[in-house]
Amino acid sequence: MTALPKQVTKKLGLVIDLDTCVGCHACATSCKQWNDTGYSAPLNDYDPYGAAPDGVWFNRVHSYEVSHEGNSRTVNFPRSCLHCDNAPCVTVCPTGASFKRAEDGIVLVDADLCIGCKLCSWACPYGAREFDEVEGVMKKCTLCVDRIYNANLPEASRVPACVAACPTGARSFGDLGDPNSGVSQQVRDRGGFALMPEMDCAPVNRYLPPRARTAPSAPPLTPLVTGFDSALLRWVDRLLGG
Amino acid sequence: MHPAYSVIFFTTAAGAGYGLLFALVLVATLVAVPLPPALLLSGLALAGLLVTAGLLSSTLHLGHPERAWRAFSQWRSSWLSREGVLAVAVYPVACAWAWLVWSAAGRSLTFDLLSLLLAVLAALTVYATGQIYASLKAVPAWHRASVPTNYLLLALMSGAQLLQALQLGFLDQPAKSAALVPVSIALAALGKAWYWWQIDRAPPPSSLGSATGLGAFGTVSVLAQPQTEENYLQREMGFVLARKHASKLRVLAVLSLFGVPLLAYLAGGLGWTVLGVLSMAVGLLIERWLFFAQAKHRVMLFYGGRL
Repeated sequence: MTALPKQVTKKLGLVIDLDTCVGCHACATSCKQWNDTGYSAPLNDYDPYGAAPDGVWFNRVHSYEVSHEGNSRTVNFPRSCLHCDNAPCVTVCPTGASFKRAEDGIVLVDADLCIGCKLCSWACPYGAREFDEVEGVMKKCTLCVDRIYNANLPEASRVPACVAACPTGARSFGDLGDPNSGVSQQVRDRGGFALMPEMDCAPVNRYLPPRARTAPSAPPLTPLVTGFDSALLRWVDRLLGG
Repeated sequence: MHPAYSVIFFTTAAGAGYGLLFALVLVATLVAVPLPPALLLSGLALAGLLVTAGLLSSTLHLGHPERAWRAFSQWRSSWLSREGVLAVAVYPVACAWAWLVWSAAGRSLTFDLLSLLLAVLAALTVYATGQIYASLKAVPAWHRASVPTNYLLLALMSGAQLLQALQLGFLDQPAKSAALVPVSIALAALGKAWYWWQIDRAPPPSSLGSATGLGAFGTVSVLAQPQTEENYLQREMGFVLARKHASKLRVLAVLSLFGVPLLAYLAGGLGWTVLGVLSMAVGLLIERWLFFAQAKHRVMLFYGGRL
């Protein structure tokens, strides 16, 4: 059914810290590795060893430069499905292949029902869905639904592959519908925000903003050596083209 | 947005087919002089051909055309599903209408009611097509009421011209409904001008800064893309058309879609009308191609694109 559930019991999602993300792409590659054998397997590649390799990815890491008053910083920006409460990708689906689970809010695609019309990917403003040209169906982040409930894994590993792989702890997983959960606490403490709130998609995932930078204590490019007060040193400096 | 040829052909051909169906049943019911059954049935056959060819073409862009029947299930939420349901609903009604014409039963309440139902279903199908695009908030150019209005007016215009050509072919005296041609051309031209005026004037609703939420911290620019080659999103939604090409194509679309058909109508005669129809077909293809090529998707902001 492509009708959205009236009520979701839990709102499972990710909190991504833009301050600590170093842009290593480990989340993206471990996502690819896990999901290549998971719920939406395989994540096909086209021309993987050729001149123009491409393929299906659930998670892509952008790198941006944010400039402010002459200072600039790099902000790495992982982008994946936000498991929206008001997911337009679900309601536009003509077949019922695209659905949102009432029990935990995860948005999934039933590959057996998908006709590959691509309309859901047009409806998503976040670019969360990618079409698998080999299988002719739409694919997207499953929030590692096959990991987080997987009793065969040790309990500590029952988190999405991207969260498990992140070397800086920039990704957290939890119930954003529960105000007492760790992720909700993080969002409160750090002023976590939703992407494109004007789209009315009510995304579940939150991004934590980069922390404020303290002003540099010394002006940039302070001379390493001072005291060119002797005539000899001034002459040597001129000789060296200073 | 990437202009897919199968979808361009589908929306223009099926639009013309439903427009012809609409004009045909309207004229058959409202015009006092009964039209010959041969004209009505030929019109119906032409409409059926255009609609069926369009619908079959629309399945070509699917990853799994053999599952297309599943698209009839989600009419409660999806405009694409509604379009499918309505498109299929037209067939039995059109067949019943054709049977009434064939059996030469003459005008009756049943015939009028069936004609009305057929006209409403044809119009609703085209409206649903327009709504598929208008419902996409992620594509600002499409998310407006002028989009389904354009689809309806262009369908009516193409249907009116096809009907005019048929009438000139079948009737000796000038058709009573001929005024539908210039009126529908004027309305469709106004509708298109309205849409272009809107999308040219609309300020960009979002930027890289607002899309990422990083605008609060400074000026945001792309430092590195997530991957070296273009991905699905960029191929499907990153189509960019140069402004100068767009204005040339718009002029070409206006001339072939509205200009030549209007002159052909004024010149009169079957030959000119057929020429007008051919020019209109070219114009529709250009107009529909532009409709896709000039629409930008919000996801491209993340890749450094502008709305």
